[in-house]
Amino acid sequence: MKTKLSLLLILLMALASVAGIGVAQEDDTVNILFWQAASHMNPYLGNGDKEFSAASLTLEPLARYGPDGALVPFLAEAIPTVANGGVSEDLTSITWTLKEGLIWSDGSAVTADDVVFSGEFCMHPETGCTVLNNFNDVESVEALDERTVRVNFTGPKPVPYGPFVSYLSPIIQKAQFESCIGAAALECQESFRPIGTGPFVVDEFRTNDVITYTANPNYRVEGQPAFSRAVFKGGGDAESAARAVLETGEADYAWNLQISPAVLTAMQEAGLGTVQAGYATSVERLMINQTNPDPALGDDRSVWMADGSNGHPFLQVDAIWMAMSKAIDRNIIASQLYGIAGVPTCNILLGPAIYASPNNDACLDQDVEGAKALLDDAGIVDSDGDGVREYMGIPLRVSYQTSTNAVRQNTQALVKQWWSDIGIETELRNIDAAVFFGGDIASPDTYSKFYTDIEMYTNGSSSPDPEVYLGNWRTTEITHPDNSWNGGNVARWYSEEYDVLLDEMSQTADLDRRVELAIAMNDLLVQNGVMIPLVYRASVFSALANTVDGFIMNPWESELWNIAEWTRS
Amino acid sequence: MGKYTIRRLLTAIPTILVISFIIFAVVDLSPSDPTGNLPLTIPPEVRQKIREALGADDPFAVKYVKWLQQFFIAEPLNFIETTLGITFPGSEDRVRVISWATRGPVIDIIAERLPQTLWVVGSSYFLGVLIAVPVGVYSAYRQYSIFDQVGTFAMMVGFSVPTFFTGLMFIVIFSVNLKWFPSVYDTTLVVTDIESLQQQLRQMFMPVTVLTLYTTAQMSRYTRASTLDNLQQDYIRTARSKGLTERTVVMRHAVRNSLIPVVTLIALQIPGIFAGALITEQIFRVNGIGQYLIIAIQGGDLPTVQTVTFIFAVLVVIFNIVADVLYGILDPRVTYS
Repeated sequence: MKTKLSLLLILLMALASVAGIGVAQEDDTVNILFWQAASHMNPYLGNGDKEFSAASLTLEPLARYGPDGALVPFLAEAIPTVANGGVSEDLTSITWTLKEGLIWSDGSAVTADDVVFSGEFCMHPETGCTVLNNFNDVESVEALDERTVRVNFTGPKPVPYGPFVSYLSPIIQKAQFESCIGAAALECQESFRPIGTGPFVVDEFRTNDVITYTANPNYRVEGQPAFSRAVFKGGGDAESAARAVLETGEADYAWNLQISPAVLTAMQEAGLGTVQAGYATSVERLMINQTNPDPALGDDRSVWMADGSNGHPFLQVDAIWMAMSKAIDRNIIASQLYGIAGVPTCNILLGPAIYASPNNDACLDQDVEGAKALLDDAGIVDSDGDGVREYMGIPLRVSYQTSTNAVRQNTQALVKQWWSDIGIETELRNIDAAVFFGGDIASPDTYSKFYTDIEMYTNGSSSPDPEVYLGNWRTTEITHPDNSWNGGNVARWYSEEYDVLLDEMSQTADLDRRVELAIAMNDLLVQNGVMIPLVYRASVFSALANTVDGFIMNPWESELWNIAEWTRS
Repeated sequence: MGKYTIRRLLTAIPTILVISFIIFAVVDLSPSDPTGNLPLTIPPEVRQKIREALGADDPFAVKYVKWLQQFFIAEPLNFIETTLGITFPGSEDRVRVISWATRGPVIDIIAERLPQTLWVVGSSYFLGVLIAVPVGVYSAYRQYSIFDQVGTFAMMVGFSVPTFFTGLMFIVIFSVNLKWFPSVYDTTLVVTDIESLQQQLRQMFMPVTVLTLYTTAQMSRYTRASTLDNLQQDYIRTARSKGLTERTVVMRHAVRNSLIPVVTLIALQIPGIFAGALITEQIFRVNGIGQYLIIAIQGGDLPTVQTVTFIFAVLVVIFNIVADVLYGILDPRVTYS
């Protein structure tokens, strides 16, 4: 008995001494942690970011979105535009030219046929392609010569950068995947080790576990990648992934950490790595109800009328909503409640950076006195001495709803205080997120029914191009019982001027003009009291070890988009 | 005994078939969707196409018969082919059980993951038994002694504190603060020399300890109770009155009899080793069978969930028979006829 115990103790001590070596990382290997594991490496069959990202080390598209949202050529020589003749005048086709001398990691040449095949692979009706959206409106893809490919669309396409752009739609090798097209895609064993043009070559693939890569000897940039191996480990949970980078230093990079920024900030204090925040398009905003949410109206509550008869009793008055906006200290909300996860903003469209309007920054500074003066000058004063101002006899009492969430309730409390300082009384409500964002038509508490004066939530564009997102505030998108409360225009805002700008955008290919139009639309939205933007929120967090240089956060692409340029410091 | 075993094995066949049907029905009728985890931006038409490509919308009976055919005919044939290196006619067209999420044969993935699950869960089980039996016996022999009290306390803690808590605690102590052991399990590590063996032992330390704590707690309580029972029997008094040494009385008479139920318990829990330890595998990224099953359930991957759970079910049925037969061998009072 005793000898057994002492044996055990000796064993433990031996283990501890072995352990004393510590958790060393090899310098020439970059260790990447994804808390979701990749099931295979075929982006056209991918189930989520894990597959798309795992493939992005090996497969490359013609062009990727850069960190600023602008396209960067990868396999293509340049980005085709109308100006350089790459996009036809009538906007129905785009012609890409491959870089000269491109070769696959197996040494064979990359040709236009491979590009055409990649399109066929996804568009084959039996493949079950998950990124088929990228090929919307594509009529045909044809190879003009060895290096030139033309994509023809069924109609004018002002933004023709869907097919073969971004990590969702890379080029796969025809010779390798030829036997996998269509129904055969279900059992495609090639998806476990695609041959690519990217900086790394798959060495070993273990389903839902780990992928090991070695540097691609045929990579087109001399001296890249700096690492000779890459390990892409999956599984576990976000918090322990963050810990492995920030606290134990076992990994170099941990992807998409969907945990509280406060927890991440605390882990960062160990000094081994930093939290990287990626800002895409998410903006926390107050929506201002343009219609009357008075319960006494019954079925007409918060229903927009084309004749403008059911407007809000006072929130459409400029002096009132402007004063409400001025009274808010966005810096306090962002720094105290969001920390590394948000920055104050006065715009509704901030990403990509070229679309951010420079015209509204005045609201960044809180101005309570200015807000009071604005109301006083408009004759909106507290005439009966109850501390609440009246507009044409109606006391300024607003109801303000949002989803249940600590940060949002703290924001509500702050805003209520600031508004009471300028003589506006606020009634706060919070609703469980599943109900608030849920689509239950019977529930009176959904954000789309909007049965209050003010509501708060986050929304943003799902693609770098803002056209679809800005289309939310079209008149025909107004949330209404007729469309089962399913419109994007939740504020129920009506503007002919805005609709005209949208129409123009849908026919404009010139980027500079599109930027002008987007900024004009953003300004219309925030200068007409449709919304009061509060905080520009980070949409992704990742952890990066201090020993890795060259990482550039990119919210529009695979987070590993420039891994070829990473180095060990 | 031989007859009994054969009878049990034969009755197991319909049992297993019924189990396979029930599992299939439960998994298929659950409202999971293989396209449910896809990004929200994918429109319903595309989802529909993917479901069609996978065959997820086929009628229940078609899917079930397909799976039966794949599992009971295609897989064994394939196994024979690869192990013996011969080819049966029609080998090209044979469809194996294919996972919807990974698009690879389910059995291959299980085989790929079995080593790490057996290493980690198996060795923790082995260690657990090794520690639990002496601790349980000694606790019973010296009932209410300090050893027994401390042991009981420690075992209660091991039994009641969940593995996700001990796992996390171990990571914070041994990985974050002391930096002794890695918190991420490297499944690609191949043991070739002393150094890689050390590495393997180091990465196994935390998950194995966490699991051992739990198994030991369970097993030692069982051993203790069983030994206590036997120590109060008349034959022990007889043995002592014969003048046998305490050592012989305890080791040869009490312990041997006490271990009969423990052995059957051990046999019954062996399928659990194959099932892996769901939570512990997840915490330390061991990525064994348990983690595979979890991912498959989340992804609505019906062929995988069906195959993995069915293999567990078969193991449970088999080890039940093993336990019963063992009982008959160990305890002469039990006869099957």
